[in-house]
Amino acid sequence: MIVVELRKLFRRPRTWATIGVLNALPVLVAVLLVVTDLAPRPGEGPPFLSAVLSNGALYPLAALAIVLPLFLPIAVAVVAGDSVAGEAQAGTLRYLLARPAGRTRLLVAKLVAVLVFVLVTVLVVAGVGYVLGATLFDAQPAAGTSVSGTSLSSQELSVRTLLAIGYVAVSMLGVAAFALFFSTLTDSPLGATMGALAVLVASSLLFTLDAASPIAPYLPTRYWLAFVDFFRDPIHWRDITRGLALQGVYVGVLLAAAWANFTTKDVTS
Amino acid sequence: MITTRRLVKQFGRLRAVDGIDLDVRAGDIYGFLGANGSGKTTTVRMLLGLVLPTSGEIELLGSRMPRAGRRVLPRVGALIEGPAHYGHLSGRENLALLDAAGPGGSWRTRRARIGEVLEQVGLAGVGRRPVKAYSLGMRQRLGLAGALLRRPELLVLDEPTNGLDPQGITEVRELLLDLHREGTTVFLSSHLLAEVEQLCSRVGVLDRGRLVLQDELAALTAPTGSTVVHTPTPDRVRAVLDGRVTATDGERVVVRGADPAEVNARLVGAGIAVTALSLERPTLEQVVLAAAGTSTDRVEAPR
Repeated sequence: MIVVELRKLFRRPRTWATIGVLNALPVLVAVLLVVTDLAPRPGEGPPFLSAVLSNGALYPLAALAIVLPLFLPIAVAVVAGDSVAGEAQAGTLRYLLARPAGRTRLLVAKLVAVLVFVLVTVLVVAGVGYVLGATLFDAQPAAGTSVSGTSLSSQELSVRTLLAIGYVAVSMLGVAAFALFFSTLTDSPLGATMGALAVLVASSLLFTLDAASPIAPYLPTRYWLAFVDFFRDPIHWRDITRGLALQGVYVGVLLAAAWANFTTKDVTS
Repeated sequence: MITTRRLVKQFGRLRAVDGIDLDVRAGDIYGFLGANGSGKTTTVRMLLGLVLPTSGEIELLGSRMPRAGRRVLPRVGALIEGPAHYGHLSGRENLALLDAAGPGGSWRTRRARIGEVLEQVGLAGVGRRPVKAYSLGMRQRLGLAGALLRRPELLVLDEPTNGLDPQGITEVRELLLDLHREGTTVFLSSHLLAEVEQLCSRVGVLDRGRLVLQDELAALTAPTGSTVVHTPTPDRVRAVLDGRVTATDGERVVVRGADPAEVNARLVGAGIAVTALSLERPTLEQVVLAAAGTSTDRVEAPR
């Protein structure tokens, strides 16, 4: 079942188009930086971008930071929102369930497919970022500099980069859980995707509002940028662990709700 | 093969299916008739575990649904409210994905089975074309191929000839009769009376969620005990067969009496020309119209 879902996902031209578009922005930013040689000053613009001109090895992280606020969540919400509602809209859901694929199995397979999509997307963005960093900028493969100013060995840097990629993937899993839950509620994939994005926009907006500070620690986007903390020396774990715990709770609750809804609903599409 | 007991489905205030007791036996070609909106599709969806009943019981191939779905449904082939496929993939790939999505279809025999069913429904030469380039009739055939993929014991088909041209309809009818001869039970949901009359051995009629009729087709259309006479001189028939004429419609006269030979002898004896003679049988259409009320997609203004 999982293999079936993965085949469906990755044989779909749209999946690759999404990943392609997602990489266009970091490529554009990299080219502009090289051509103009105008890096944002430290503390301005997306994290890591100020440092990439002197050290291209940080560009994978800069690329992730560029796509994280908007592009990556949109891509994940599109794929996850489409997962059940898209089948319902196309009418294939009734044939899958009458096959019988099993409702719980289908939902798990959809979730795994979305998870794989998240990982592939994050890895492709990081990979493209690595290639860009190595070719366009002066890479210093031997070592890097932490955000705190101390130097990191190349081994430390790659381990921390992998940790950061994992953290971003977990953050995106929260988005996927919202979209998957909405996807079981409606027969319109667009509605499910928009619902998930609405949650994220609301969360980002409330985060900037002082009056919303009592609920700020519980907003799904609150700790997204905590992956930067992997590059402090020493690693600043507080926000990272909170972010992981928060996403864990969101994912758990939303998936339980999606399961409860999907396994008991009448499929009339 | 299919038994339901007091099956009810309530959608909000609407009782879509209202206590029906279906009885489909092994070897039947069962015609499930009903107007649009009478609850046919909801019933079919309940049989397949897509819609969960409000109350009542469903037994499919001897097991309780929807609980036994995982065990029973691989032995059932279904076409539900028209075909649905992944448009960007070819017909073959669609069938392969569907087959791999559930239990009971071994991947070793998959290629062979797909080739076989495509041959059966007349799509063997369709190649690698994506389904979005198929015509409506081809999609319908592909849907039927999907239903046949695991050599099911029971076929549940909702409007299987929808979108097919007359030749296609005949082909599908022949295919269903072939499968039936090989031992497949067919449950055919349709609002096309002619289709059901030509194919089915048993008929159930649904009207506003209630099963108003369920019997052998032969019993429903059994002779009524009258003889139909066609003659250019209906008035003289009325004079000769005094009191036995129950209806006259142009040259068509209905005479009480289940022996056409006797009626013929008396008319010919009296020198009356008889152009046609037959036992009166109700058509399925008459039976269904008598059992069911007005069309359910008529929405009258409240008075």
